[in-house]
Amino acid sequence: MSEATALKHQFDDLEQQKESSTMGMWIFLATEIMFFGGMFTAYTMYRYLYPEAFGEASRHMNVLVGTINTAVLICSSLTMALGVRAAQLGEKRMVTRLLLATMFLGLVFLALKGYEYHEHWVDQMAPGFNYAMVGQHPREIELLFCFYFIMTGMHALHMVIGECLLTHLVIQNHRGDFSAGYYSPVDVVGLYWHFVDLVWIFLFPLLYLIGQHVEK
Amino acid sequence: MTPHEIIPKKTYFVIWIVLLILTVTTALVAYVDLGVFNIYVALTIAILKSLLVILFFMHVKQSSNLMKVVVAAGFFWFGIMLTLTLTDYLSRYWLPVD
Repeated sequence: MSEATALKHQFDDLEQQKESSTMGMWIFLATEIMFFGGMFTAYTMYRYLYPEAFGEASRHMNVLVGTINTAVLICSSLTMALGVRAAQLGEKRMVTRLLLATMFLGLVFLALKGYEYHEHWVDQMAPGFNYAMVGQHPREIELLFCFYFIMTGMHALHMVIGECLLTHLVIQNHRGDFSAGYYSPVDVVGLYWHFVDLVWIFLFPLLYLIGQHVEK
Repeated sequence: MTPHEIIPKKTYFVIWIVLLILTVTTALVAYVDLGVFNIYVALTIAILKSLLVILFFMHVKQSSNLMKVVVAAGFFWFGIMLTLTLTDYLSRYWLPVD
């Protein structure tokens, strides 16, 4: 797409058009902050009410897999950021490669998450399905596992949506829709991807790490 | 977009390394008993990591002031929700119940 056709008639120039799409994305991300924020607020409240139980529940998480997954997401954020940079420079083949790398790392994350879910299922920790934990605070721990599955599940859903968006970008890029003057779709999907990473940066300590310092 | 606005590759790699170091740090510190401070250390590291992602990977550092206000507003609203909810729950048991 040439720069003349990339510029929509309601904008003065490409710079203004880019600024508008980036801001639109940030306003969408503000609604996403509220969406995840509601869950984080509820989590904070219940963690305040049942600190020991939430700490004990975190000791049933697989910290090694959680840490690896955090690193995988950070790596995918790097490839995404480099992908946006390549798009800024109009390096078409590099954009494809980096977007595919980002998608691959996203799939690794989802696979490891699926492995963790499977582990919890085998250990009978899925509330509403096969939850069968005994001990001092079985009901409170069940509550944390509800938070765990809803929050990580919503996060995983965002990852899946991100994979779809990236697939679309790869097709668009292959078609030659982007140039050094017009790459806003890559830019805003990049913002989305980094945001999903941000959510995980907070989920990881809150779900996996809060109770590890207490002896089992 | 003019070339001077493009962040050098090196910056992205440095931020990436720092993020990985912070991830390992937060995972290791979690096993050290700091009492009530474990959660504060974990959250401080998480906030630090998210600031690095927002400022550099999401380009907020080099964006216009208007954009910075929009970004800050999103987190500010979350702050309002969290604060007003917690003023209720944290203060509920301060006064003795008859």
